[in-house]
Amino acid sequence: MTFWQGRRIPLAWLLLTRQPMRLAVALAGITFAGILMFMQLGFRDALFDSSITVHKLFDTDLVLLSPRTKSSISMTGFPQRRLVQALADPDVSGTTPVHWNLLLWRNPKTKGTRSILALGFEPRDPLFIDPAVTALTPRLTQKGRVLFDDQSRDEFGPVAQWFREGRTVESEVAGKRLRVAGLFTAGASFGADGNILTSRETFLSLLPNTPPGSIELGLIRLRPGADPARVIQRLRGLLPEDVNVLTKQGFLDLEMDYWRSSTAIGFIFTLGAAMGFIVGCVIVYQILFSDVSDHLPEYATLMAMGYSLLTLLGVVAREGLLLAIFGYLPAYAAGQVLYAVIQSATKLPVAMASDRAITVFLMILVMCMGSAAMAMRKLGDADPADIF
Amino acid sequence: MTTLLPGSAPPTTSKGEGLATVSVRGLSHWYGTGSMERQVLQGIDLEIHPGEVVLLTGPSGCGKTTLLTLVGALRQVMDGSVRVLGCELKGSSRQERQLLRRSVGMIFQGHNLLRCLTAEQNVQMGADLLPDLGYRARRDLSREWLRAVGLSDHLSKLPHDLSGGQKQRVAIARALAAHPRLLLADEPTAALDSRTGREVVDLLKRLARDEGCAVLMVTHDPRILDVADKLVRMEDGRLWASDAVAE
Repeated sequence: MTFWQGRRIPLAWLLLTRQPMRLAVALAGITFAGILMFMQLGFRDALFDSSITVHKLFDTDLVLLSPRTKSSISMTGFPQRRLVQALADPDVSGTTPVHWNLLLWRNPKTKGTRSILALGFEPRDPLFIDPAVTALTPRLTQKGRVLFDDQSRDEFGPVAQWFREGRTVESEVAGKRLRVAGLFTAGASFGADGNILTSRETFLSLLPNTPPGSIELGLIRLRPGADPARVIQRLRGLLPEDVNVLTKQGFLDLEMDYWRSSTAIGFIFTLGAAMGFIVGCVIVYQILFSDVSDHLPEYATLMAMGYSLLTLLGVVAREGLLLAIFGYLPAYAAGQVLYAVIQSATKLPVAMASDRAITVFLMILVMCMGSAAMAMRKLGDADPADIF
Repeated sequence: MTTLLPGSAPPTTSKGEGLATVSVRGLSHWYGTGSMERQVLQGIDLEIHPGEVVLLTGPSGCGKTTLLTLVGALRQVMDGSVRVLGCELKGSSRQERQLLRRSVGMIFQGHNLLRCLTAEQNVQMGADLLPDLGYRARRDLSREWLRAVGLSDHLSKLPHDLSGGQKQRVAIARALAAHPRLLLADEPTAALDSRTGREVVDLLKRLARDEGCAVLMVTHDPRILDVADKLVRMEDGRLWASDAVAE
């Protein structure tokens, strides 16, 4: 017998759709829970993704950091000599020192100041993966020039817009006048609302109190075919305790771990998603439970006709499944829209990642099926002997 | 007619001759325990043969409905023997009873139709119990039954839009669509006016006879007693008199 021939009256579907108001309420509840989860998980992932937008720019195999550096908002200096010492390893092909600090940027329009992440490096050094950024770095050889991140928050002023219009954009950073020489794209993060790139010379003029020969980040490039793990081992032996050697991934993880574990942010957003989940559970359970209660005599009739309890449990389970699917679709669509809105409003890299889309669907599915399972217990009350 | 009871003893399918559709021997039943115990059935004996229409009357609370639920395999038999379609219900498992119920049609006081289904779909819920029948065949069967009860113009109406008599006729079609060999009816005319009640009972009797289906009907309605082949009166948990009604 084919599936088509074996099909039955779609009872679950009819039970749901013949009560459009109740269905609408149920779907609204599930959709709301889904949106809540999409938002919270989206924010959480955006936090972790955005925290490494700048880190991902660097073309490097290993990095040197001060052991006291715990995150990008508290980069501590270490002697640049360590980078020169690292060159002694036969597998190291090149090193690049980078200055890294948060500076106060004056909005050229409103004149208000705000903290911005500034990177200082030798403009000739090969530093970035993106050739578009590398192409702009020669413009920094002139003192007092910066490249401005066009994804920086609007509070820094309409810098990118003015620059594109061909205006000369000048601002004041740490009390020194600077001119924007170009735009690059990185993105705001929870740690830094915006980013600028500049030469070491300009950077040091902005921070005259930097101890001589102190840098915050050392990039180490390896020869092709070199094993990063073994080089790290050798460098750890070679270099004193005042530096920490990490892979690039280790550098990214350090930053993400900071936000995940050392701050309440990751926890808060996970909790927010859990709240959405619980709210959804309550709504779906309420809907399915009252659905079963309302139809109890009908379920009992079906049992009296000879339908098994298992068949009826299947009906409730299918109701849960249908609710999950039809509640998820609008949540997904709304999630897309809200992500676009959030991205344009906050400049955070929020997007509909497929793994998150799947996670939320699975959570909605668990929510609906779990609630269905709870509501099924009510079916045990359906005693066919009571309906006469 | 094929058996619908896989796994149970093959029910007796031959016509009449001592092989009763329902055979009740010394059936007793009570509710509650200890000091709350209340006996509702005491030593009931009853036989119903294929194609026979048996009417059960008696004052309310005398145990008629309890007898019906016991014969309909809706309740566990406590004491005595109940054989329905060759299947002993005393000591039967939940699943045995569920499978047996597939060959027992039931018509309730209220129509008990599924509110969310159309008349046709309601009847098909009965037909869907038939194994080895394709969807289309089951749907056609449902339509045929609705035509047989005179509702072919109301196939896609919801119970909400049907009159009381129409609903009860849908319920009859639903009960018969599963090809039952025993039909149990609990005051099917209670919610109907006398003329509609009469129509429904006549229809029930005619269709049951055509199908060779035994009928056990509880009723208070004196106007329909004449449809019975056998009239049974119950009082205080006992069957008092069994007098055949001349047609």
